[in-house]
Amino acid sequence: MAVVSVPKPSEESNSKVKTIGQTNTITLRISRSNPSEGQEAAFSEFQIPVQKWTTVLEAILYVKQNFDHSVAVRYSCRQASCGSCGMKINGKPALACYTKISELNSNVVTVEPMNNFPIIRDLAVDFKQLISNHKKMKPFIIREDSEVTPESKEFIQTPQDLEKFLQFSYCIKCGLCNSACPTMATDTSFIGPQGLAQAYRYVADNRDKGKDERLKIVDDSHGIWRCHFAGSCSQVCPKGVDPAMAIQLLRGYLLGFRK
Amino acid sequence: MRESIIMKIHYGTALGAVALVAVHILMRMSQKFSDSLQYQNVIANYHFLPYALMLEVLLVLLSVHGFNGLRVILLELKQGSTYEKMINYGSLAAMAILIAYGSRTILMAGMGVS
Ligand code: HEM
Ligand code: SF4
Ligand code: FES
Repeated sequence: MAVVSVPKPSEESNSKVKTIGQTNTITLRISRSNPSEGQEAAFSEFQIPVQKWTTVLEAILYVKQNFDHSVAVRYSCRQASCGSCGMKINGKPALACYTKISELNSNVVTVEPMNNFPIIRDLAVDFKQLISNHKKMKPFIIREDSEVTPESKEFIQTPQDLEKFLQFSYCIKCGLCNSACPTMATDTSFIGPQGLAQAYRYVADNRDKGKDERLKIVDDSHGIWRCHFAGSCSQVCPKGVDPAMAIQLLRGYLLGFRK
Repeated sequence: MRESIIMKIHYGTALGAVALVAVHILMRMSQKFSDSLQYQNVIANYHFLPYALMLEVLLVLLSVHGFNGLRVILLELKQGSTYEKMINYGSLAAMAILIAYGSRTILMAGMGVS
């Protein structure tokens, strides 16, 4: 018979207080700039009390509440679903709300705006091009009979059909992949891993009939061929999307390996 | 031309070049390397028609591949419609010039003019 022993009240409270309740102080360095006013980037430093669970976003909001409310940062959901809070954290693109200070193993945390995006102010960057490239990929199911009528039936899809594109549908348009992409750094017209992965997401969906349209759009001098498989996009994606693989699979259609 | 067609040519020329460069190296290895560079041997190569033709094909493959590669690098470096047009036509011209100059050498050596 299994014996389950309940910890004595004294043991339980002791261990919790020691590991969870500890407060540390870290230095948060925030890159401040305002290009429209001609203000170049400079760092502001703040001492922030943090606990084991404090996220980088919470540390930035602590600054806004207690030291300097003018820090510009975009955020909304605080749970890695809205895609607003992407930034460079100690040099790597990541979501501020999904990165705990404790996992950075450093007493100095530096936050900067994402690379490869125009800066609006401080940590907030301009998403115009990302959203417009996303729209260009026609991110919706294209088919003649998609109007719902009384005769309509659901479009049947097997779990295997779903598996083909499921991971790519988890994209939250945070732009981290585009900020990590070396082609994006010099080719301002490149569609980027985010858009290309979305093109694949719909092309690989067996309910969709817009394959030829989308392939024509990505087959451009600043389209799919400008990926040189650095793979950094897939390394930084917080949602487990693998844009680098999507690009190669999409290329398969254009090279005639896939139908 | 569609970019996918250009890139098929790019990959195709690369594969073709691997095969032909292999033959080219094997031919060098059929004798001592220093001998292969003797004047008479070099001229003999050009007089051997199949090999001279192969060198001509290799010249075309590598000119097309190399200058298209350079075109890609330059398109990624800077954008703008005039600039991009210049790069596209410029690389075509560069391919043509290199092929013409190389063919001239192959032809002259093959016909014994030197
Ligand atoms: C024969 C062996 C070769 C093979 C297998 C080969 C293969 C390739 C491939 C697959 C690419 C595309 C890379 C990408 O899109 O990321 C490429 C690009 C390129 N190749 Fe070659 N190549 C060869 C020889 C050469 C030679 C001899 C030259 C110079 C004349 C050259 C010049 C270039 C340039 C400039 C690029 C563009 C740079 C890039 O896209 O990374 N290649 N090559
Ligand atoms: S693919 Fe990943 S990194 Fe890129 S925008 Fe979507 S969620 Fe963000
Ligand atoms: S605040 Fe929504 S993803 Fe971070």
